[in-house]
Amino acid sequence: MEMTTPTNKQPMPGPEHQDPQVVQEESISPWKEAFWQLKKNKLAIVGLIIIVFFILVAIFAPILTSNSYQTMNATDRLQGPSAQYWFGTDDLGRDIFTRIVYGARISLMVGFFAVTGALIFGSLLGIVAGYFGRWIDMLISRIFDIMLAFPSILLAIAIVAILGPSLQNALIAIAIINIPIFGRLVRSKVISIREEEYIMAAKAQGMKSGRILFHHVLPNSLAPIIVQATLGFGTAILEAAALGFLGLGAQPPTAEWGRMLSDSRQYIQSAPWTVLFPGFSIMLVVLGFNMIGDGLRDALDPKLKN
Amino acid sequence: MPKPLLEVKGLKKFFPVTGGVFSRKIGEVKAVNDVSFEVYEREVLGIVGESGCGKSTTGKALLRLIEPTEGEVIFDGVDITKLDDEEMRKKRRDMQIIFQDPYASLNPRHKVEKILGEPLLIHGIGDKEERQKKVRDILEIVGLPGEHANRYPHQFSGGQRQRIGIARALIVNPKLIVCDEPVSALDVSIQSQILNLMEDLQEQFGLTYVFIAHDLSVVRHISHRIGVMYLGKMVELTGNEELYNNPLHPYTKSLLSAVPNPDPDVKKERMILEGDVPSPSNPPSGCAFHTRCPDCMDICKQVRPEFQEYSDNHFVACHLYSEENN
Repeated sequence: MEMTTPTNKQPMPGPEHQDPQVVQEESISPWKEAFWQLKKNKLAIVGLIIIVFFILVAIFAPILTSNSYQTMNATDRLQGPSAQYWFGTDDLGRDIFTRIVYGARISLMVGFFAVTGALIFGSLLGIVAGYFGRWIDMLISRIFDIMLAFPSILLAIAIVAILGPSLQNALIAIAIINIPIFGRLVRSKVISIREEEYIMAAKAQGMKSGRILFHHVLPNSLAPIIVQATLGFGTAILEAAALGFLGLGAQPPTAEWGRMLSDSRQYIQSAPWTVLFPGFSIMLVVLGFNMIGDGLRDALDPKLKN
Repeated sequence: MPKPLLEVKGLKKFFPVTGGVFSRKIGEVKAVNDVSFEVYEREVLGIVGESGCGKSTTGKALLRLIEPTEGEVIFDGVDITKLDDEEMRKKRRDMQIIFQDPYASLNPRHKVEKILGEPLLIHGIGDKEERQKKVRDILEIVGLPGEHANRYPHQFSGGQRQRIGIARALIVNPKLIVCDEPVSALDVSIQSQILNLMEDLQEQFGLTYVFIAHDLSVVRHISHRIGVMYLGKMVELTGNEELYNNPLHPYTKSLLSAVPNPDPDVKKERMILEGDVPSPSNPPSGCAFHTRCPDCMDICKQVRPEFQEYSDNHFVACHLYSEENN
């Protein structure tokens, strides 16, 4: 297993090339090591490229296209892909390429905020439940159980129905339904880390529980949270699209991929490009996040090392 | 006679066994059941016993890493079981522990520098530079190069990690170190290195050890006095030589007869115990050892033998040696 020794994993940056001894003396942090593991994973790199591509598209949307995503050209309804309209036009004569490009902004934003919100609230609840245990754990865990008992999309629909359909409310709903997923993960990780001997060692040295929690328990629980956050990104985008499809997410004329699918579904036979491109975009982004999430899981799993 | 640094009186630790819908207590495991002993300054007290006899629990309970159910732990004149959290936190500087598994006891995400510097930081010892210097000094003392402070635990071997574990216990200048089977997770060739290191450090810094192990030869090598535990109780406690030359308790005798002899031609009569260790959740009546004792008498099944001094500094809990029977 020569490949797994720290020396060989070293990417040999710049001037250290001549003297491998020096490189060996350098310390290798577990995070760096995980990154090298990730770089070796071809699928994860493909996923990363897809994600970076969509992020760039979202950022540079106004540069990529001179059309507006809401301008309607009644004369150019349901046109197939051409030099003028790369991905064709929809039933209102809007440029699908432009709508896809602007839709990337919405999807990535939904993914980011929903995952961040779920991550913060879920982690806090999970840490409290896991570390303090007893009745607090009982209370929080049972709430999680109740939330998980509903199919997540059903719960999201219920929440949006209460709050009223809009992109912002869809985002809140997606964040809420993802809270128990993060909460449970963090809770179980905290419970297992809490029993580790180095936590007892920290206590034996006289550390306060706050320090133990944030310097010892949390950094060691991060790996699965990062993986879940990456995978959750994909799910959140999918859920946003589903809510959009049902008319509960972004409202017209906002360019949202799920909404575009549902608006065009009656033309699926006569003008397939109207559903093909938004569907393909959703698939590609979700696939990208899943591939990088899987790669991260492998890279961060200590059992696969050595 | 030097004064005792640590006095343990009637230490008990019962773990509740819960069951049913509402996690009611349906029983308890008597992991440590009324253990008393003293440890003198600059002394190494060995505690031996087979797995599950409560020796590790005793070690952790006397540092309050596991909260004792009952009993007093008087360290340096203060009963630490009565201290509040903050007072106990400060006291921990004087009483440290070395753990059994060097792979589990070091935080994998911290550099050695942080692992060793953190105890100094939380007890407010020195500024940043002094702490860095101390970390390097202590690494040299335990036989590792000072520049290894920049490494992570996974870059070390088991023996090296245990040296870091020792350095961590040592860096705050404690008076007492509980060594919880510090060599049993290591290769035999490494064991002797670590043992010799610990012995040297003990002499050099005038440390007091409570040395927990299941390996009799290891304990014999390092201890001044040895206590033998069986099923949560101390059954015999005496000086190193005395225990090996003149074991009193039948359990100690059988343990000693199990120590392998390197000479294959020596035929010795082994005393082999029958049966298994009884469950600590339901210990036998009277003497806990009576179910397996070759010299079991009627009284053993009913009356629990007192832990008393049989001859000078030789304590034993066995009816064979109580006054009524002599």
